[in-house]
Amino acid sequence: MKSDDLLLAYVTRLGDNALVLAQRKIETVTLGPELEEELANANFALDYLGQARLFYTLAGELENAGRDEDDFAFLRSDHEFRNLLLLEQPNGHFGDMIARDFLFESFYVLQLEALERCRHAGVAAIAARAVKEVRYHLRHVGRWLVRLGDGTAQSHERAQRSIDDLWRFTGELFAADEIDRAFAKGFDGPDLEALRVQWQQAVAAVLAEATLKQPEDGWMASGGKQGRHSEHFGYLLAEMQHLHRSHPGATW
Amino acid sequence: MVANSPTREQVWQWLSDVPDPEIPVLTITDLGIVRGVAINDDVTVELAPTYTGCPATEVIEQSVIDALQKRGVERVSISRVLSPPWTTDWISAEGREKLRAYGIAPPEQGSSKRALLPGDHAVACPRCASTDTRLVSEFGSTACKASYRCSACLEPFEYFKCI
Repeated sequence: MKSDDLLLAYVTRLGDNALVLAQRKIETVTLGPELEEELANANFALDYLGQARLFYTLAGELENAGRDEDDFAFLRSDHEFRNLLLLEQPNGHFGDMIARDFLFESFYVLQLEALERCRHAGVAAIAARAVKEVRYHLRHVGRWLVRLGDGTAQSHERAQRSIDDLWRFTGELFAADEIDRAFAKGFDGPDLEALRVQWQQAVAAVLAEATLKQPEDGWMASGGKQGRHSEHFGYLLAEMQHLHRSHPGATW
Repeated sequence: MVANSPTREQVWQWLSDVPDPEIPVLTITDLGIVRGVAINDDVTVELAPTYTGCPATEVIEQSVIDALQKRGVERVSISRVLSPPWTTDWISAEGREKLRAYGIAPPEQGSSKRALLPGDHAVACPRCASTDTRLVSEFGSTACKASYRCSACLEPFEYFKCI
């Protein structure tokens, strides 16, 4: 790939992660177990949607082919999305969602902190705003994980299973490919190996407080970042895109 | 062309009448989201979004266009500025006082230096000024607020989060 294409792919991935997580969260709006969680979830979904819009708008400007945020979100097919597999997995129960958010956001805060310092002004500006929001999320979900893990025998056992089940999707967070390396080299972007060390320390500290065991690294799923998705992804896209595709240009 | 050729000061004055749609006691200049005004062939207003997903962003942009067109400025353009990011430190002293009078505890200064989050420090009740208050929920009616209750006067109130 040419360097312009590598940069475009990098920015689009950031937008894809934010949009797919927003969509998963939106699926659970109105289903919160209590009012505070309902508000938290809807607030978080809105933050991710906002971040996706900014990354896609930047991607459209970089591409300079007339595509806007809606074209990126609604008019691409599954293989064109490059989000992490972790984020497209079905929501599962409350503990699964807390575990997913905790594993991802522990990574995303580190990624955004590195992006805030990178030499691409457009990406750095979005990261500087987004990191403040995601730190707030991470604090919230981290506390929930401690409450569940260090809670009753039942909540402990279920939280442990959630972490165990999702662990196989965490390898992809740090699996650098040509696109990651080009951004790291060209713009002083995040070094995923360095992030892995920081992530492991941060995750281990919270898991210990939650009295949960850190799973052993075994086989790791990958492919989302290259457009090879799990079977769940098509359903997510169908629900998200069908209105826009069925009624192009609709307004209300 | 600009019909009456307003000065930058006039435009700032007009913008200081535009309310925030979610907290209408605050104007957009109190909130600190107007970053600049440029007058060329048209009038360009630079606005900084608050939260990335704030649903008020588009409403605010339209309000700015309406406010200037009402005063005879025909061509208004909006430019979104992301850097430096908006934080609650951009809220003016006057804006903080208006928030308090409205019943919303204003954010502490210094959000950019360290994360001052709900529960980390005493928040004074906007009604009776007691600091004997309790965090009820880190989330509130909008993305920018948390919910508190005053243990002295027993009133619930909202706190503008420092992020």
